[in-house]
Amino acid sequence: MAAPPISRDIGVLHAGWGYASIGDKIADIVLTRPAHWGWRAAFVGTALATAIFLAAMAYLFIRGIGIWGVNIPVAWGFAIANCVWWIGIGHAGTFISAILLLLRQRWRTSINRFAEAMTLFAAGMAGLFPVLHLGRPWFLYWIAPYPNRMDLWPQWRSPLVWDFFAIGTYIVVSFLFWYMGLLPDLATLRDRAASRWKKIVFGLGALGWTGEARDWKRHRSAYLLIAGLATPLVVSVHSVVSLDFAIGNTPGYHSTIFPPYFVAGALFSGFAMVLTLAIPLRRVFRLYDFITEVHLDHAAKVMLATGTLLAYGYLAEIFTAFYSGDRFEIAMTVDRWVGAYAPVYWSMMFCNVVCPQILWFRKARRSAVLLFFLSLVVNLGMWMERVTIVVQSLHRDFMPSAWGIYIPTVWDWIFLIGSICCFAWLFLLFIRVLPSISISEMRALARESVEEKR
Amino acid sequence: MPEVTPISPSLATAAQRRFWRGLDELEGAAPREVPQDVVTFEPPRLARRAFLGVMAASAALAAGGCSRAPLETIVPYRNGPAQDGYGKPVFYASALERDGYAIGVLVETNMGRPTKIEGNPLHPASLGATDIFTQAAVLELWDPDRSTASLRNGAVDTWPRFVTELRERVIAAPDGDGIALLTETVTSPTLHDQIRTFLEGHPRARWHQYQPVNRDNVYDGSRLALGEAVEPVYRFGDAAVIVALDADIVGALPGAVRHARDIAVARRGATRPTIHAAEGSPSLTGALADRRLVIRTGEIAMLADALAAQIGGGESSAAQVGGAAGGAAQGGGAASGAPQVGGAASGVATAALGADARAWLDRVAADLAAHRGRAIVVAGDRQPAGVHARVHAINRALGNDALVATREPVAFDAGNQGDSLRALASDMRAGRVTTLVMLGGNPVYASPRDLDFGGALRKLPWSAHLALHADETSAASTWHVAAAHALESWGDARAFDGTVAIRQPAIAPLYDGHSAHEVVSVLVDGNPRPGHAIVRDFWQRRHPAGFDAFWDASLRDGIVRESAATSRASVLPAPSSAKRSAAPAVAASSALAAVPTAATTSAPPAAIATQATAAPSATTAAPAVRPASDPSSATGAIVVELVLAPDPTLGDGRHANNAWLQELPKPLTTLTWCNAAWISPRFAAAHELANEDIVELRTASATVRAPVWIMPGHADDAVTLHLGHGRTRAGRVGNGVGVDAWPLFDSATRAIVPGVALAKVDGRERLAAAQTHHRMEGRDLVRLVSREEAARCAGSGCTPAREREPTESLYPPFKYDGHRWGMSIDLDACNGCAACTIACQAENNIPVVGRDEVLRGREMHWIRIDRYYEGAPSAPRTLFQPVPCMQCEHAPCEEVCPVEASVHDTEGLNVQVYNRCVGTRFCSNNCPYKVRRFNFLQWVDRETESLKGQRNPNVTVRQRGVMEKCSYCLQRIARARQHAQTTGEPIADGDVVTACQAVCPTRAIRFGDLQDAQSDVVRARTSPRHYALLGELNTRPRTTYLARIAAKTEPKS
Repeated sequence: MAAPPISRDIGVLHAGWGYASIGDKIADIVLTRPAHWGWRAAFVGTALATAIFLAAMAYLFIRGIGIWGVNIPVAWGFAIANCVWWIGIGHAGTFISAILLLLRQRWRTSINRFAEAMTLFAAGMAGLFPVLHLGRPWFLYWIAPYPNRMDLWPQWRSPLVWDFFAIGTYIVVSFLFWYMGLLPDLATLRDRAASRWKKIVFGLGALGWTGEARDWKRHRSAYLLIAGLATPLVVSVHSVVSLDFAIGNTPGYHSTIFPPYFVAGALFSGFAMVLTLAIPLRRVFRLYDFITEVHLDHAAKVMLATGTLLAYGYLAEIFTAFYSGDRFEIAMTVDRWVGAYAPVYWSMMFCNVVCPQILWFRKARRSAVLLFFLSLVVNLGMWMERVTIVVQSLHRDFMPSAWGIYIPTVWDWIFLIGSICCFAWLFLLFIRVLPSISISEMRALARESVEEKR
Repeated sequence: MPEVTPISPSLATAAQRRFWRGLDELEGAAPREVPQDVVTFEPPRLARRAFLGVMAASAALAAGGCSRAPLETIVPYRNGPAQDGYGKPVFYASALERDGYAIGVLVETNMGRPTKIEGNPLHPASLGATDIFTQAAVLELWDPDRSTASLRNGAVDTWPRFVTELRERVIAAPDGDGIALLTETVTSPTLHDQIRTFLEGHPRARWHQYQPVNRDNVYDGSRLALGEAVEPVYRFGDAAVIVALDADIVGALPGAVRHARDIAVARRGATRPTIHAAEGSPSLTGALADRRLVIRTGEIAMLADALAAQIGGGESSAAQVGGAAGGAAQGGGAASGAPQVGGAASGVATAALGADARAWLDRVAADLAAHRGRAIVVAGDRQPAGVHARVHAINRALGNDALVATREPVAFDAGNQGDSLRALASDMRAGRVTTLVMLGGNPVYASPRDLDFGGALRKLPWSAHLALHADETSAASTWHVAAAHALESWGDARAFDGTVAIRQPAIAPLYDGHSAHEVVSVLVDGNPRPGHAIVRDFWQRRHPAGFDAFWDASLRDGIVRESAATSRASVLPAPSSAKRSAAPAVAASSALAAVPTAATTSAPPAAIATQATAAPSATTAAPAVRPASDPSSATGAIVVELVLAPDPTLGDGRHANNAWLQELPKPLTTLTWCNAAWISPRFAAAHELANEDIVELRTASATVRAPVWIMPGHADDAVTLHLGHGRTRAGRVGNGVGVDAWPLFDSATRAIVPGVALAKVDGRERLAAAQTHHRMEGRDLVRLVSREEAARCAGSGCTPAREREPTESLYPPFKYDGHRWGMSIDLDACNGCAACTIACQAENNIPVVGRDEVLRGREMHWIRIDRYYEGAPSAPRTLFQPVPCMQCEHAPCEEVCPVEASVHDTEGLNVQVYNRCVGTRFCSNNCPYKVRRFNFLQWVDRETESLKGQRNPNVTVRQRGVMEKCSYCLQRIARARQHAQTTGEPIADGDVVTACQAVCPTRAIRFGDLQDAQSDVVRARTSPRHYALLGELNTRPRTTYLARIAAKTEPKS
């Protein structure tokens, strides 16, 4: 029996890593490595913020959504903008896992696990907001089709019903995909865990994984199958979310460009969030050999591409408005430029269109610090885009007599910041209890790196 | 002849009370007596369990040796009226007053609770419509802040003890020495008769009248012009030219509802009247006018002079014009004085006017001259007496007598109320008043503050104030006597044309309330008599023959037939007025008799000197903006003319605790929950003032700070501030809302205050405007059709409104077997009075949200009045557009609701299923008209018991988190359908009347079945003016509009 392979430097994996060392490196973060004080501080801080978030939810359910700044005409405010933003962020995970898997892109290997976790948590946040935003959230289940004595079904023409299915499916498939990929690693952790209860927990999670060739074969097929299932979801989820707006007749909503434009924006913000998470992760846990400059470079390229698509979307919206000659569309567009929300619009343009242009430079694409800050800027920009679409379009539509303004209250901000903290808390939890990089796939990559040489 | 000997007042009242149904009764015309046990029941304020609990407690108390027996028998509704109308609304004809003038109403009661008020079609002041105050009266009835008990020096006390005290005081002064009675404007024949009887029995007692919104100037003006006080009654429907000099004909003048109707009917007719308005403070009439002159309110007097000169110039009537005014000014008989006034003085006046004013004047004079005998010139109530005298003269000179009838004043003993109150205040200060009885009103708050009525009142040994709320005046009085609401008590009142309506209660008093009649009956003979007996006895004495039939008919119809006599000659010799003039003790009359000259009737002595020297004309009461003694010139502040006007929705402040009226967007400004100092755009630019800035207004005696509202079409260098705000004891709703402008109201300057110093001070105050954007942005929302175009197209096929019927759709069309409801709103008729908004609120249980929520844009009105300006800000055209739900055939709201809470029903309505709504608000986002309203929080007060009484039992009370909107009064459609199903007769056109349609004074709103080719609404849709709002969106609204007829203005950049 030949000795286990030791990896060569192939860009997405540096040299010198064997099966055991990969396992040690990743599993130790979960099993043995003591928690860093920084992690503890962040964990406690975000846990507190999450508690506040939950308390705010309780207050919201008791008082009603009037605690936010929403009104007539701006009946949707931060809640919907946050939802769309989070679901967009959630896009990158599935894109990386599924599409890049099918395209046999090796650079997905070391970032797919935490990107999928990010997807799950982001989709969870996204799924939360439409519930919070309901006037009577306790009747949420009415949107679901379920047999009842009244013979009442959802109203299928409503994009909100499509949305319910799109987001629901997305969360379920993302979870399955993530869990499926996690199985061999859970087995690894089970085998390596020292304490009994860890063995039990990981063992239960591993679903009796034995590591037989049969296991591996079926796992492989199932994984690819789910990847195939998940692939259309990457396009469908945000397309359907965009239809919430595009189906509406409000100028600023009613646009056929929305589905591709939303998907591009989603990937853009998703990859930004991947970078936001990956760069500290590799630094704190010294994962430079696993998450390399090549990864940063590739992610940056995707951002550049999707950002350019997004910029095209912005231009196309403006062009269409004027080309259509529609009085209301033109008024809406001009209002974006000079109206009450113009600062938000121009900041968005700066964040989403101007700033990413630096990514044309290879040096910038490989600078972790720069990318980290750029990713924050892009995420801010994408959030402002959602706010612009949701709020600005509504605040001045057809009847000037009904025009109004939406001013977020302190509660709007609490829910936004609360959701970010809750997301961060979940992610912090994740990196300590589950392998944030796929052990099994990294091992396979190490082997590939060696075999490739031959 | 009295037929009852009262035993227990309340019991006897109840036992004798007969309710007669109104015309809307479904069962037929025969009046039916309601069984006694029904009318004595306690209003259902108690839930069943609470009721049982109270009964058990009472029984326990009685058994325990408690001596006090329950005053009234409480009978549950279990033994309801033996009729098939169980659960159906019952209507009672009655009357409510606005500033003393009656408007006939039909009070809708549901299971004994008054819930809604409709106009009485037989009453001349209503013709089926009402104003906003009438609509809001039902909330006032159920106001939880109303007094539930009388108070003596702030402590709860009882009516019998009040009666005892009052009786003792009257007995102690058998000749009435030291006794004063203060009422508001009295138009009630019964009350007047009672007071007269009292004064005859107690000749040294004094009766004073004071109503903050009064007609002193009108009566004084007619005294100047005609030698006697008369009430002008206008027939606007027959006029070809109407000239309004600072007169809000359709908004504020007594009879405004009727005027609005008359003008609207005339505008629909072949000869459309031309309306010219001259005003400094924008009004509804100004917005309606074809030509509107912006001129300072104080300069209207010059304008009237100049107009008189132009009308009379070179003609024989000139002498008459000047003669009438000048003659009276000298205290002589009519038409015997100095004829030179007309010529000389008005020449001066014309020269002093601006170019705009002269152009307007030429046009008006020409128009008037061309329509002699078919024109009406009206001066506003706040204009000084001289202007009214001038206007009388102009109308006479033009031969408009047929259109401007004059009659004995509607108010009894119509003296100068300002003088009357001043006389009372000085009597009080001089110790000549020991017993003061105030029936209604709130003089401590709403009176010229230089009189310091409150201070004088507090020093009185004994005073009593009858009021619904323990208000500012009650707090300064010995006794606060809880009043019965107008919907709870018997009475009568005269309308603007003198028609008398009997006010019958629709419910027994909720609390221990009593009416003015009952208080005065104590004054008369020491015995409190029930209001019903008092009113009935009075009318029995007037109509002894066939009284029962007369009484029944009067109650059923809501008017006393043939009581309106519009001719002065026929009224003056009537017995009541003959007796009145013979009664020497009437203080109001005697006060006037002492000061008959022009100057003193329109202004207090201090002002006489300046007026006498200013000009010889009688109309120069206050034309100058800067008087010689300018208090502020030294400080460098801006000097303006201040106009103090009753608030458009709160009146003089009496409605301050009415949340519906507080939240009703004020016509013209759409402001809610505040008042603001109106200034002109030019003035604002010149002095760098912006909306919501704070300015300080300073007169010689008072300083008030108020936020600024820039009002297009306002006169420059002038400020309008509304009275009625800043109450301190109005109740939970009205306390501290807005700015109290009464301190600026001085008995010398009154409503038009010259020489007020204005200075900007630091700070801002947010003003809750329901509409924040006032231009149409070039959008095709309110369409205008020129008069010529409309005339050309009437009858022919051309469509100036250019409507294309869209046909494309992805969805199959709906099929309608039965009805298909639709509405049409005539923008040419709508004058923006907002009655529909508040009628809808009353009908549909629409909650109020409060100032902060209006600021956030969450007001709940189902029908809003959009108001746009067009043209130059200094003199814009004001356009109104009521916007209810469009009930689109292709409703954007229906497509996006995920749970089918917004659905199309079989009769074409977009119905909102509150029970099903989860509150995604997508429907509102997708509604281009933004007519949907959302319960962001729990708006409806589910705790306060009394408010539950007001609610319409046929309309769901909405929970928080659900969307709501106009339903075309679905419950009324359902009522008609049920009636049709039980009787077998199909629903005819006009059987379903929505609340907004019913209340509309101008009949601008029409509603009916679009399937019925003969229906009113279908006929409206054939008009060449017909168009759909935002029809290009292919929503296919079934609420559609008729374009306003107006000369198009060139778009100004």
